[in-house]
Amino acid sequence: MSTQAGTLNQCGGCASSCQHGAQLTRLGIKVRNWDYTIALAGNPNTGKSTIFNQLTGLRQHVGNWAGKTVSRAEGAFNFNDKKFKLVDLPGTYSLLSTSVDEEIARDFILFGKPDVTVIVADATRLERSLHLVLQVLEITSRAVVALNLMDEAGRNGLTIDARELVRELGVPVVPMAARRADGISELLAAIEKVSLNEFPLRARQARYADEELELSIGMLANNLQATFGDLPNARWVALRLLEGDESIINAVRDKTLGTLKTENSLPSMALSEAR
Amino acid sequence: MTLDMLETGCTATVKSINNQSTERRRLFDLGILPGTKIENVMPSPLGDPIAYRVRSSVVALRREQARLIEIEK
Repeated sequence: MSTQAGTLNQCGGCASSCQHGAQLTRLGIKVRNWDYTIALAGNPNTGKSTIFNQLTGLRQHVGNWAGKTVSRAEGAFNFNDKKFKLVDLPGTYSLLSTSVDEEIARDFILFGKPDVTVIVADATRLERSLHLVLQVLEITSRAVVALNLMDEAGRNGLTIDARELVRELGVPVVPMAARRADGISELLAAIEKVSLNEFPLRARQARYADEELELSIGMLANNLQATFGDLPNARWVALRLLEGDESIINAVRDKTLGTLKTENSLPSMALSEAR
Repeated sequence: MTLDMLETGCTATVKSINNQSTERRRLFDLGILPGTKIENVMPSPLGDPIAYRVRSSVVALRREQARLIEIEK
């Protein structure tokens, strides 16, 4: 799983036939009766949609411009006799909701209860990517980091110690070059492991030294649970309230917290129409 | 001094961000934090925005945004 830059699989061209052909069936947009939901998050331009297409076999969804994935795009694939629904989220640098994109991504990770959130990180700009990784890990530990663009990082003379990253982050880290289909089978294996609770997740989470702050978080979180019942991550919501996040404050006020916006209320896009 | 005063090709360290709104959050999300090294790479043809290198990626900031960022050389 933890291959390093120098030892990337060179099997790019024939990937679909000899790497994972046996277990992977791409189901395109036939999303029905899935066993697991997988969310794809990441900074803009890190290859989320390339990975989405590799896994689902879809091709409609390509292009290199800002804000291409305006809504959630959905597809499906079969792997080892299990059916996965894959949701491609808009590319964001953050989940703290200063734009519609970020709100869509955040709400899905928080309230869509994906079984696994795959965070696509840019190996050539790892430091920047890790910001979003840590934000997602604050919401959920059920995550896999897809360390994409390893081929480009290699060309730039960068070597990344993926094993150490696994230790530091506490979730699987898969080095990839998605354009050449390198690492796709390893990614599938990691997604499966986390879905089946077979990976010992110890997601790194920020703790605050300020006792008063932790006390307030605890109090708020308890109130939120009492009001909204089964919230996936009351601690995270409490933090946003303390921070003054307007969209979360409004969602608590009008009691819509925890309800995902339906596709109809989201900007329409080709894929959902095609279904 | 503030970031908009940094000459092309020069590097400085971020001291603080003089703003409390979502703009501050946005700059943090881009990796611009107190202590971060930031380089003026080049201006756009009209001189605004300007491209800055931060943590090995290049971001374009408008002059009014750059003015919020307190730096020291």
